[in-house]
Amino acid sequence: METIRLNESEDRDFIERVSRESGQAVENCYQCGKCTAGCPVAFAYDLMPHQVMRMVQMGLKEEVLRCQSIWLCASCVTCTVRCPRKIDVAMVMDTLRIMARRKGMVPPGRGRNVALFNNNFLGSIQKYGRLFELATMAMFNLKTGQPFREANTGLTMLRRGKLKLSVTKPRGLEEINHIFEKVRQAEKEV
Amino acid sequence: MKFAYYPGCSLETSGKEYDLSTRAVSKHLGIELTEVPDWSCCGATAGHSTSHLLALALPARNLALAEETGLDVTAPCAACYQRLALACHELNQNPQLREKVNEITGRPFHGKSKVISILEVISSVGLEQIRAQVVKPLKGLKIAAYYGCLLVRPRAIQIDDPENPQIIEQIMQAAGADTVDWPHKTECCGASLAVSNEEVAIPMVSRILKAAALSGANCLVCACPLCHFNLDMRQLKVNRLRGTNYQLPVFYFTQLLGVAMGLNPQDLSLHTHFVDTGQVLKLVG
Ligand code: SF4
Ligand code: SF4
Ligand code: SF4
Repeated sequence: METIRLNESEDRDFIERVSRESGQAVENCYQCGKCTAGCPVAFAYDLMPHQVMRMVQMGLKEEVLRCQSIWLCASCVTCTVRCPRKIDVAMVMDTLRIMARRKGMVPPGRGRNVALFNNNFLGSIQKYGRLFELATMAMFNLKTGQPFREANTGLTMLRRGKLKLSVTKPRGLEEINHIFEKVRQAEKEV
Repeated sequence: MKFAYYPGCSLETSGKEYDLSTRAVSKHLGIELTEVPDWSCCGATAGHSTSHLLALALPARNLALAEETGLDVTAPCAACYQRLALACHELNQNPQLREKVNEITGRPFHGKSKVISILEVISSVGLEQIRAQVVKPLKGLKIAAYYGCLLVRPRAIQIDDPENPQIIEQIMQAAGADTVDWPHKTECCGASLAVSNEEVAIPMVSRILKAAALSGANCLVCACPLCHFNLDMRQLKVNRLRGTNYQLPVFYFTQLLGVAMGLNPQDLSLHTHFVDTGQVLKLVG
């Protein structure tokens, strides 16, 4: 385990930002560990949910934004409904993921493919208004260098009419594109 | 009873059994569903993982379209339900934010339409009513009802208790089935990670199948196309990778309700699953 030097890394601005953006009183966490105990993905995390919370309290911005856990979090919200301090831990995880992305940080380890998948997914929505499953999967496979991943599953699905070769685009495609643009603009202004 | 119907992206493809069976069962129960005109994707996990504002605006466009029909809106997909219901909740709580989002979508949502899950819509018909429609009780079925995460969390939008919900059991019992008590009904199946990191999702699926099998269930019943795909398709993978031999068909609650009400099997798409459903359905006769 790495040694962390507190006095050097504390970042007040970071603590405030996480609190404000998530709307959560992160200082209320008393480290009971209940969030971690019930987290279904903890077995694959590099930092446990309660450690993430503690490190946010301590302002360890770099360490937190560079962990894989914020990307692997499945947003199941179990931590949130069980936290005795009524902290929406899942929202904090969401916020950290969004902050890391905004800072242009490269997601480490398993986080990389999560980010890639999310980008592809949203790319499909901006382009077609709906998720074009087949194209999104093919694109993900290409970008991760595994062109034949799930080819058999795909074929089975096609045969059973559970995968379509095209997507029904809504008429309001321009509206949807506009939403993406406006959100981008609005977020630049913050 | 009339509702605006938001099918969502999965119900057009991998979740088509859910779409077909929901429409068939609703029709039979006298629930009129009008598809939300020109609906678009709710953004799902990718949306709220990327931008809070985008995660509100994408559902908000659909809420506005639903509102234009003058009806409350129902979404069978648990992910769509959660996204629409959360956005609706947040926009209603915060009028300033609503203004901002309305400006982004260019389609004002006024907070008049409510978002209701299809489980609630169907159970609102009344269990007695449902019982009265049963012509082929689901005898022989021992159901592990699986809710996953999105219908029961977070609190603001939960349709039932987050740890021990009962709504699926009640409907399935009214249709003549037995249900088992088991510990994993709201445990996450990892579907959102299944494409990007399958090796993380596999143990999550495996845990759920194991708990269902140990409880004596002979099938799983769910209400979400993401859970369905993950537990059905990846069951074969779990068996292959972990040397297990689970044979637990995964049904949508609407499919089995349709069976019990004697609807045409074609309309319920009972044979397009990855895990064979024939053996278990034979028990019903
Ligand atoms: S459950 Fe709540 S109080 Fe307990 S460690 Fe987690 S965040 Fe902190
Ligand atoms: S929301 Fe994320 S951190 Fe919380 S329990 Fe679920 S997977 Fe773990
Ligand atoms: S699909 Fe799985 S991960 Fe998603 S809500 Fe359902 S249970 Fe949770």
